[in-house]
Amino acid sequence: MPGKLKAKIVAGRHLPVMDRASDLTDAFVEVKFGNTTFKTDVYPKSLNPQWNSEWFKFEVDDEDLQDEPLQITVLDHDTYSANDAIGKVYIDIDPLLSSEAATVISGWFPIYDTIHGIRGEINVLVKVDLFNDLNRFRQSSCGVKFFCTTSIPRCYRAVMVHGFVEELVVNEDPEYQWIDRIRTPRASNEARQRLISLMSGELQRKIGLKVLEMGGNAVVGYLQCFDLEGESGLVVRAIGTACTLDKISNTYAPASAINPCNSSPSKDTKDSPQAVPSALGCRSTHSSPVHSASSRLSQGFSVSVPTLLFAGMKHRHRSSEGPRARQCRAGFGEEAPGVPLSSGPPTPLRAQTFSSFSPSKSYSRQSSSSDTELSLTPKTGMGSGGSAGKEAGPLKALLRQQTQSALEQREFPFFTLTSFPAGFLLHVGGVVSARSVKLLDRIHNPALGNTRSYKLLDWNSFTADEPETRDAWWEEIRQEIKSHAKALGCHAVVGYSESTSICEEVCILSASGTAAVLSSRFMQDGALDMDHRLSRQQAPVFTSGTEKGEGDMGSSASLGFEDLAPPGCGFCHIPYDELNMPFPAQLTYCHCCRRFKVPDVLFTTIDLPTEANVTGKGCLIQARLCRTKKKAQGEGNATAISNLLPFLEYELHTQLMNKLKLRSMNALFGLRIQISIGENMLLGLASATGVYLTPLPSPGGIQIAGKTPSDITYEQHISNMQKKINDTIAKNKELYEVNPPKLFTLDPEAFRCINTELVEEVIGSPIPEPRQRSRLFRSHSESSDEVSELDLSHGKKDAFVLEIDDTDAVEDIHSLLTDAPTPPGFYSCNTEIMPGIYNWTSALQMFTSVRVFRLSNVNLTNQGLNKVFNDLCENLLKSLYFKLRSMVPCCLCHLNFTVAVPEDELIQVAVTAVAMSFDKEQTLENGRQSCDKTLMKAITENEEQLQFPLELTAESSSNPLSSAKGLSEVSGALPSARAPSVDYSSFTDRCSSWIEQLRLKAHTIRRGSIKTMSSLEKASPLPEGRSRSLRSNRSYAGGSVAVVKMTPLSFIPGTKIIKYLGIINMFFIRETTSLREEGGVSGFLHSFIAEVFAMVRAHVAALGGNAVVSYSMKECVFMENPNKNQAQCLINVSGDAVIFVRESELEATPPQPQSASTQTSSSGEGT
Amino acid sequence: MTMELDVFVGNTTIIDEEVYQLWLDGFSVADAVKMRLENGALGECEVSGEVLHSDTMDQYRTFQMCERLLHCPSKLANQLLFQIPAHHQAMLIERYYEFDHMFAREVLGKKLSKGTKKDLDDISSKTGIALKSCRRQFDNFKRVFKVVEELKGPLAENVQHHFLLSDLLAKDYAAVVFFANSRFETGKKKLQYLSFQDFAFCACQLISYWTVGAVDNMMDDMDVDLEKEFLHDLKDLKVLVNDKDMLDQHKSLVCSQLRGRIRVFTEMEANFKNLSRALINIASKLTNTKDVRDLFIDLVEKFIEPCRSDKWTAGDLTLFLTHYTSTASTLETYRYQVIWERYMGVVKSCILKMYHD
Repeated sequence: MPGKLKAKIVAGRHLPVMDRASDLTDAFVEVKFGNTTFKTDVYPKSLNPQWNSEWFKFEVDDEDLQDEPLQITVLDHDTYSANDAIGKVYIDIDPLLSSEAATVISGWFPIYDTIHGIRGEINVLVKVDLFNDLNRFRQSSCGVKFFCTTSIPRCYRAVMVHGFVEELVVNEDPEYQWIDRIRTPRASNEARQRLISLMSGELQRKIGLKVLEMGGNAVVGYLQCFDLEGESGLVVRAIGTACTLDKISNTYAPASAINPCNSSPSKDTKDSPQAVPSALGCRSTHSSPVHSASSRLSQGFSVSVPTLLFAGMKHRHRSSEGPRARQCRAGFGEEAPGVPLSSGPPTPLRAQTFSSFSPSKSYSRQSSSSDTELSLTPKTGMGSGGSAGKEAGPLKALLRQQTQSALEQREFPFFTLTSFPAGFLLHVGGVVSARSVKLLDRIHNPALGNTRSYKLLDWNSFTADEPETRDAWWEEIRQEIKSHAKALGCHAVVGYSESTSICEEVCILSASGTAAVLSSRFMQDGALDMDHRLSRQQAPVFTSGTEKGEGDMGSSASLGFEDLAPPGCGFCHIPYDELNMPFPAQLTYCHCCRRFKVPDVLFTTIDLPTEANVTGKGCLIQARLCRTKKKAQGEGNATAISNLLPFLEYELHTQLMNKLKLRSMNALFGLRIQISIGENMLLGLASATGVYLTPLPSPGGIQIAGKTPSDITYEQHISNMQKKINDTIAKNKELYEVNPPKLFTLDPEAFRCINTELVEEVIGSPIPEPRQRSRLFRSHSESSDEVSELDLSHGKKDAFVLEIDDTDAVEDIHSLLTDAPTPPGFYSCNTEIMPGIYNWTSALQMFTSVRVFRLSNVNLTNQGLNKVFNDLCENLLKSLYFKLRSMVPCCLCHLNFTVAVPEDELIQVAVTAVAMSFDKEQTLENGRQSCDKTLMKAITENEEQLQFPLELTAESSSNPLSSAKGLSEVSGALPSARAPSVDYSSFTDRCSSWIEQLRLKAHTIRRGSIKTMSSLEKASPLPEGRSRSLRSNRSYAGGSVAVVKMTPLSFIPGTKIIKYLGIINMFFIRETTSLREEGGVSGFLHSFIAEVFAMVRAHVAALGGNAVVSYSMKECVFMENPNKNQAQCLINVSGDAVIFVRESELEATPPQPQSASTQTSSSGEGT
Repeated sequence: MTMELDVFVGNTTIIDEEVYQLWLDGFSVADAVKMRLENGALGECEVSGEVLHSDTMDQYRTFQMCERLLHCPSKLANQLLFQIPAHHQAMLIERYYEFDHMFAREVLGKKLSKGTKKDLDDISSKTGIALKSCRRQFDNFKRVFKVVEELKGPLAENVQHHFLLSDLLAKDYAAVVFFANSRFETGKKKLQYLSFQDFAFCACQLISYWTVGAVDNMMDDMDVDLEKEFLHDLKDLKVLVNDKDMLDQHKSLVCSQLRGRIRVFTEMEANFKNLSRALINIASKLTNTKDVRDLFIDLVEKFIEPCRSDKWTAGDLTLFLTHYTSTASTLETYRYQVIWERYMGVVKSCILKMYHD
């Protein structure tokens, strides 16, 4: 009996009139937890009842506390007939279970009814008395903190980052149960809401258990999603990054920075020995058969990835892409344009010519089958390649074994984080992604029939079978991601996320992340606290300022780590072997340090690292694509989809690449590719924030080449287009202030000359011979040209060539040019922050916008569809700019687009983002830039001492054994305080000790230089802080309802988060049978979204918070039936409830050392 | 190909004051979009009609959803559905309750009933105010009336307290409520020249001096009704015209004061008895509800019109009324000074306000 839950119903207000005769209501309340129910007295004839009830006490297991929500039902007493329900409030008790979160829930909650929406409010008080229970076999995981934030939360330090945790639970969807036919829509909706609440509680508890097992105390970057699979059930799944977090207290001593590295390993070994290897986020040392099996799989995989990346996609119904569009071209650029889908067969052949090392046979489960096989193998139950049939047996067995082992989960060195403590992220390889098309098993599958009927009786008892299938699916995908990362020479995947798209019984599972090499420091070193980098200048200087601060405090351990490159450009350096590149790429020397090779473009799914050297500003770049598909059923449908997928992805990449070039940028951050399936079309939407990374070479222009040079009007047409493109590029350069800084390039002038020359040349002779151009997007050259092409392009600044002999290219160019520029005063990005903007004010507006477009014309061509979709997104953006015009100058941050095809001819686009205004004065920035430059210079100097062969550090072991070996080394090295740098060796088996020494030496040198930098910088942040605080004073505060800010970002500018109160994870269903009366679909959804916001705010306020950070709308499923005057919508939102204080207020309360330091610089706590 | 659904919801509710006004004025979405396009007040950002339409729709929906709350403005502050900054809340309420004086003039003194509501389309076509807007204003009157009708205490303050309106607006509402309650006749042709502001001023005077609340400021006072006792006492003033001596004495006193000071002295002298009788008669009849209703028409017919036909200036009238009031108090045999001044004070300022073309 480890917990006592107490609830008190205080009062109600604004209740609806339930008795027409008296225009009043006789309200009473039922309070239910688990199977216990209490009732208040009836408060007669009032719309503002004062119940002031006693404390209702529930004595419950903490397991239940985690799973169950407190359910409060407000009813109208009726003497003669059944009592009418007014509405309900579900309160998640979880925040009360952690000692560091909220202590009491108290406040007004909207009373929500799934049919009528919000109907009045109720004031409730909830407390929990937890008894300490040290039962080792407990099933609960009370006290594990959950954060949606994908970085280390602001008032915590990461002592350890343990790694990936995932879990999923499956259940029957109440909407599809037989009982649904006889019960009211309200009952059905409530059953669903309650079930999902239960399931996510359970999911969280299970994940918490895994975290405890790993020795962690928190989950960061917690991402929970649910898949409505219709008849085949309801899946709630979650991924996250297990961490050990330390709350930063005011009395924070530098000693504690060192402390954890000694204490945690010992703790781990005591608690759960398995935790140690898993903590490393890499392969474990345990040589169980399971592991050798899985490693064999991935091993076979990784070798052939470069070519497999795209070839595989087609044949395994699982698409995956390398980091860059170049790769696409290399992979199957040849047949992409005109060739019909059926011409798959050439690809494997071609693939094999590339894959010099592994014949495709070596990996039994992926490559063997072709599409035709798939359609011939009946009842595989999975759309994922015909391989299903062959692999199903062994794989399942394998998986079962794996699930038995608790270790299995931690096989994945994945991190859901998107931004990292300084020095954590060493190199970024590129985007890795995998997709898989699956066929959801039907309900009348005889094998599953029994379990299902059993489950009907009891939702809570899940049979192991179902989750296992889903687990296996995800397992596959994760393995693939892992192997892709390996192929890129990376041992970890950061910014990792998973998603699904379901249409009828076909389901696409997608996973993507960024392959990266991480500093091993995070495994034991304590100094990983995240600074307030985002709320202020995230200039590299500032981060280094932090380091300097640490150094000053004498916590040498925190400096023991060394990244081999300066922070500003280090992450761009290629992690893979230059001589043995996973895909053809154009490498140049880093424009910052000139020591290491960098790729010509870099795509990532993470946020822009704080220390990154960026020139100019960034902007949102979207690739949008729509493809028609024939209606089909079952496996035929799955096949059709998987045939289309690679083309879709290829096109998306092409578009992204072109748009990136058009903006003169060379890197994408926060890349998110969403593919949505409908009955008769596939939608692809790729969003990312483009930036100009200073270390990377300047992108060349875009050239247009015509195929048929004879026609004069045609030539003119082409030259016109070319001119337009050149103009746009020039305009964009100005708009985003992208001018490669002279300091960093050897020959900036010459460089520019080359560029312009090229452009002029093209204008002059509009038809350059395609053969001479190094890179042909849609070239019809032979694959054998590949090598020579590479040579040609190497080291040259070259323009992209777009051939417009086919309609596709015309369409491409069209879409390139139709992207309207953002109106003056606006910037947009889909990452947390916008490079180049630092002086945020506290003005903040989070919003959600949803549009549904009906395609009335059924026979649309691909182009037509594309245009519609493109316009839809563009217009939506335009609308947003217009609506937020009062906030100018402002930036739309974290623009998160979600597309769906809810019905045959409907396209739904939902956007959630935050508009933040900033001060126009750019004087600060100028100062920063100059500092930047000096810093860079200093760094460049230091880098000279740092030089050593790249492949030594960058070459990752593709052999699990070696990493295991490295691991044992690490565990041996753990006790030593100097471990961090040693740890790196776990990923580079050839690393020898002299490198370490070199690194250490280099670091000390660099530290010296940083010192001077930060002193330079000190002048600038102060005035900014002041101007911001002025603003915040002006902003509105007060009113009888506490203002709750909401933002999808992990911070609120000008403020400091002082406490995390717990995770908000809410699921609502709203249904109406009087759609017209509620203002049609728009009116219905408008009020529903407003209601959801209101309920989130109310819950946060009741926890004592004043903001939600990392807010996101995970799901917005809208269904309508206008003929029946009905509509239904499901929304799932999540975020972190926090308390923030304005920095200006912090200033007023003097004796807080950290806050003071946050004021002056971003160095903040941790020193 | 149509936009099936298009919504934008901000955590802080975005309110465009211009669109709000268009909505209040009863424009349809299409008209509002047209107006916004024409106004070109959208500044430098060139926007298509499509964007404007979508924005206008969103705003209109927001207002529609807020409207329910605006009916009980105190709810707006502690509702949870919309997060609206305080200054915007105040603006929303104030603007929602603002009314066209043209419209108010039309319904002033009318019973705020369904019958009157049916006549709104006439008023709409007469005043050129959109029917929608008329309905809103009428409903506002009715709503305010219903709430404060039975409340004790100062009328304007009650309105302000319950509807969170500005001082000025609350006073106007007090006038509307007061007129509606006493059902003063304002519709007669002869009264047409009077504006809402004229009546509002008079209402304010009546509320301040003639109601129960006016004399003793206890909380259990009613501000809506005229004090019965006072009206009854007014009968005593008759002595001023019935007693011939007193009438003559009064006349001579006034004349001596005004001689040479007003242009219309002769007319005044000739007309004094008629004018005095008119004022006293009005006073003495006020016990009758019917005559209370006719207060303004009586003032116009019996007093203002004769003066006007004699071409009195406003200054003349002021002097006359001032001395007419003050000299009566000096009459030795006159015992009703308090009542007299309470009556004449209001009548004087009302007449002066109403004395224009």
